[in-house]
Formats: sequence, C-alpha cells, structure tokens
Amino acid sequence: MAKIKGFVEFSIEQCKGCELCIEACPFDVLEMSHQVNGKGYTYPLMKHPEQCTGCTSCALVCPDVVITVYKVPTKK
Amino acid sequence: MEIDVEQYKKDLLAQGAEVVFSKTKNLTDTPFSYCGGCGHGVAHRLIMEVIEEMGITDKTIGVAPVGCAVIAYEFWNIDAVQAAHGRASAVATGIKRTNPEKFVFAYQGDGDLAAIGTAETVHTCNRGENIAIFFINNGIYGMTGGQMAPTSLIGMPSSTAPYGRNPDMHGYPLSLTNLLAQLPGTYYITRQAVNTAANVRKCKKAIRQAFENQKLKKGVSLVEIVTNCNSGWKMTARQANKWLEENMLSQYPLGDIKVPKTDN
Amino acid sequence: MSKEIKLLKGNEAIAEAAIRCGCDAYFGYPITPQSEIIEYLAAEDPYNKRTGMLVLQAESEVAAINMVYGAACTGKKAMTSSSSPGMSLKQEGISYLAGAELPCLIVNVARGGPGLGTIQPSQADYFQTVKGGGHGDYNMIVLAPYTVQEQYDFVKLGFDLAFKYTNPVMILSDGAIGQMMEKVTLSEQLPRETPDHEWTAKGKPTNRERHYITSLYLQSEVMEQKNLQLQAKYSEIRANEVRYEEIQTEDADYLLVAYGISARIARKVVQLARAEGIKVGILRPITLWPFPSARLKELAQQVKGMLTIEMSAGQMIEDVRLAVEGAVPVKHYGRMGGIIATPTEVFINFKKLFIE
Repeated sequence: MAKIKGFVEFSIEQCKGCELCIEACPFDVLEMSHQVNGKGYTYPLMKHPEQCTGCTSCALVCPDVVITVYKVPTKK
Repeated sequence: MEIDVEQYKKDLLAQGAEVVFSKTKNLTDTPFSYCGGCGHGVAHRLIMEVIEEMGITDKTIGVAPVGCAVIAYEFWNIDAVQAAHGRASAVATGIKRTNPEKFVFAYQGDGDLAAIGTAETVHTCNRGENIAIFFINNGIYGMTGGQMAPTSLIGMPSSTAPYGRNPDMHGYPLSLTNLLAQLPGTYYITRQAVNTAANVRKCKKAIRQAFENQKLKKGVSLVEIVTNCNSGWKMTARQANKWLEENMLSQYPLGDIKVPKTDN
Repeated sequence: MSKEIKLLKGNEAIAEAAIRCGCDAYFGYPITPQSEIIEYLAAEDPYNKRTGMLVLQAESEVAAINMVYGAACTGKKAMTSSSSPGMSLKQEGISYLAGAELPCLIVNVARGGPGLGTIQPSQADYFQTVKGGGHGDYNMIVLAPYTVQEQYDFVKLGFDLAFKYTNPVMILSDGAIGQMMEKVTLSEQLPRETPDHEWTAKGKPTNRERHYITSLYLQSEVMEQKNLQLQAKYSEIRANEVRYEEIQTEDADYLLVAYGISARIARKVVQLARAEGIKVGILRPITLWPFPSARLKELAQQVKGMLTIEMSAGQMIEDVRLAVEGAVPVKHYGRMGGIIATPTEVFINFKKLFIE
C-alpha cells in the first residue's frame, strides 16, 4: 500500500504558541520553532514532513484555526 | 538527512495535493481574543463549520453571552446578538418564537448558564424551545480573572476560593446539564470535549445533531463542552488538557445524557 | 362606516390595541394591577385566532424583557408590561435595549412603593422611568395616558416612535387608569408585518456583511462616540416629540401641572377654583420624556405660581422647577400609598400654598 502523504501550513502570525498541535500529532511531525512570531510566541514547524499523512489532527485541536492541511489523494 | 520542507510541499502539490482542512468562511479574519490554547476557539470553529456545511448561514442567528465569549460576534461571520449576563436563552427564545423558521443558538459559559442565568436556562429548557444551547464548561470564570464558578470542582483553587472549593462554604459543583435532562422540554442533551482530535470529531457531530434537531421542533438540544481554561487554572495549555482529562471528566463524564428515542 | 366603540378596562385597552396595531409578540409576567393585559391577550389567543401575534408568559420580568430584546433584534414589534416592582427587575434589559438601540414598547401600570409597596395606584415611578432606571446615559420616550382611550392610542403611537428612533418607548400608566373602564373608539386592524429594517439580525445572506447587535464597546473612544451618537438622537427626540395638553391656560394666573390620573383630578380643581374667581389652568405633559420644559418656561412669564399634583412625594416637580428656572414658585401636593387626592383636598391645599 502506498504511503499517504500530506503537509500542513501555519498562519504563523495568528499562532499563540499553545503547543496543542504538537501533542495532537500522532506521527511526531511537528516541533516548536526557536524563533518567535510578531506577538512573541514560538510556533510550530514541520520537523518530519515525510511522516505527515494529512490526518488533520493538529488542525482539529488548534484553538486559533491557524492550520491548513493538504493531502495527496489516494489513487482508487 | 534534513528534508527541505518548502521543496517537499512543492513536490506534493505537483503530485496533486489538495486542501483537506482550512478555516471556515463563517469565521471572520479577526484573531480570537482568547488565551493561547483555550477551548473556546475550537468550539467557535465547530459551530461555524456546521452552519456552513448545513448551508444555513442565511437562516441562523447566534446569541453571545457575557464572559470570555462576550465578543464572539466579532469572530462569527454570521448574524448575531449580544445578551445580558445569563439571559442568552431568554433572548434566543424571543428570536426563535418570533422567527420559528430560523436556526437559533445560545452560546454560554458556566457562570452565564449555570449561575446567573439558571432561571432562564431551566425555563427555556422546560418550555422546550426549539433552539440549540452550547454550554462551555471550564469550571471557572475566565474573563473576570479566574473566580469560582458553579461548576468548579471540590478542592479546585480559584481567586475567590484560593484554598480550594470547600463544599461547607461554597456548595458543590453543579451539573446543571444532568438536571436539565430530567425536563420533558429537552430533546437532546450531551456532554462533549475538545481536548483531543477524537473528541473534537465527536463534539462536531453533536453540534450538527443540535442544529438538525431544530427542524424537528421537539425541544431544546444542549451540548455541554468541557474545556480547559489554562490561564484561570494557571497551567500551560498542554498541562490543562491533561488536568481536564484527569479531574474534570470524572465530575463531568463525556457522552450522551439524553438521546431521542428511536421508533424501532 | 360607523365607529367601533367598546367598553374596556385600561389594561384590556392596551392588549386590544397591541393586537390591532400589528404587534408581533407580547412577553410578560403576571403582577397586580396589570395582569389583565396578559389575561386578555391569552383569552383572545391572537396567535391562533386573530393576527398570529405571539403571547408568552415568561418565568420572570427579567426573562420577559430579554425575550423582547431577542424579538426586537429581528425587527419584530415586541412588547412587555409590568407594574412597579416588576419594572425594577426590567431595568437591566431596558438599559441593554437602549444601548443596542432596539425598538420596543414597555408598559408600566404603576403601583405604590418602595419595596413590595402596595397594589394601589401610584406615580412614584417617575424618577425611575424618566431619569433612567437602568445604568448608563440613556433615555426612553415616555408616554403618560390619562384616559382609557389614550391608553389604547398610545400603543400604536409608542411602537411608531420606537421604530422611528430605534429606541425603547414606555407607557407610564397607573393602577387607576389600568383598572378603570371607559368607552374606547377602536382603530382598524393593521396587518402584522415585519418591514426589512437595515439593522436587524435575521440570518446573513451571502450578499451582505454580517449584522450583530450589541451594546458593548470596549474601546473608550468608540464608547464615547456611541454615547455622543445616542445623545444626538435624544436631542432630536427632544426637538420633535414633546407632547402636552393645555387646559384653560389662556387667562390663567396659576398653573397646575399633572399627568395621568392626577390630571383628571386637576380638571375638577380648575372648576372649583374658577367658581371662586381664581383663574387656574392645567398643563398636562403627555410625554414625560421629552418633557415640555420650553412651554412651562413660557407659562412662567404669565402665571404667579405652579402646583404639581402627583401621587408621590413630588418627583416631576424637579423637572418643572428646572424648566421655570426660579421664575415663579413651584409647589407640590400629592398623596402616597395609593391614595388618590380628592379635588377638594387639592384645592384647599392650593389655596393654602398660593392664596392665603
């Protein structure tokens, strides 16, 4: 079975650095930045993009709706 | 080997990657005023997504409470009204009774719904108004700075019970939702949470159910959403979600409390 | 077409007028001496039998005024009624209605206070009604009927003014007018319709921005601008909506100022005085807010003194004194506790205060 592939994008300036997406990701894709955004919050980055399946778990728990999720459609 | 993230994204887009999750149009571009990690944001999003998915934006009126969600209408890209503290369900009653074809919901916190608005809540439910009530229970008054709520747990510290809630002095945590389930005017009562992706999915289904039920005209649908208040609880968001799991959910167990009887 | 005339209690007149003027909804809670309003509406059952007007008994005055708020947000003609202790409970909601600039009609069939007071008529709610019983800088248009016919007519007038200025309007009646029976010329049934007001929250179509109705302005500058806008509206109302009636003021040397049931007493006092050769006239404020201050100021140039007759310790007298700016003596005579002063007793006291 081909691996399901996806990735996420963040509206970094809207992020408040709560880290709930890090906790929610089942595949250890994300880590927090060392840099801060304009509000002074650290924000998530993709540490292991190749492990992302586009499952949306991170986006589902994000309280500030800063995550957009992409997924490569699986071939039927 | 480090992967070039930007190149990886481009490759996936070239392979036909599509957006599978993005912000609903029923939320405005205004950033939420809530603290980082607060469950209000998820609750707002789920309600707005359901309204968009059902295609009822032009028929829906929301009622915002007093509390942290007092300016919820700044974030909801729908028609909405702001109610006095505790009166959201009475305001919703006035809207729904004079506009029975519309979808109406009240969004209220624990202080709003279960303390100052207890009478309005109980009687709205007892009259069986065909509205949805979304009840955000985080066991504390967030906006005013972390005071004791009717739903605060025994022993839980707050700025007005700094040594913890003591039943001898402060009474007991109030599970108003369970009391409301006793009333014939309530049709669907459930308790959900938004602390994990799985719970978020379940919560959204419950919210959808609450809106769908309005078409049936069989009474109040109430979705209690147990959430964190990491600022009020004085924790990080991750700690707060863990504390919620370990403490709040034993007092406020998740799941359906009253479900419509099926014919078969 | 012959006129339709009916013998109605003051409270029933309110209810019948509400149905006939196309009111969408009444929300109320029983309290003496105004319960006939909701009882009449319940018996008429306009929701099923007449216009589709909703009649709902709320769990409290607080809930009722907030139901009015909800209906008003969608542009519906909504009303509530109560009596003095119940009006105290509604003050929060009235402040919100004024702050959010929502139209509605509120009826106070006043009784004696303070506290639980008495169920007998009173005019001691003048301060609460006219000076803003709730919090913040706001005003309501206040109509004071003195006959059952006016009680009837002011319902439509009240709604018209409420929608013209998107502001709450109150009918300040009293237990005497509410309970007395008089013949009333009824108006034609108007259709119950909801014009598409621009400001309503009724569901957001795709072709417009969302509407939200609120009285919350967290930024001081914005809050001040909102207040300035409200004050400008109140100035416009003061300029356009002052209503009063003058009775035999043309040659008057003394002026009685009275509204509601007290104005009826005043009419007899005028007769008693003129029989003794004392030229007395009446100014009857019909709107208590805006108050007929300008006309009173003019009359102060003509008369030697003014007497307010109020069923209170003297509340409106403050506005009369402000209006005449000390040009003439302004005195008060009134009874409290639900006692309606007799014309003779008022006349004796008038003479003590001004003639003897």
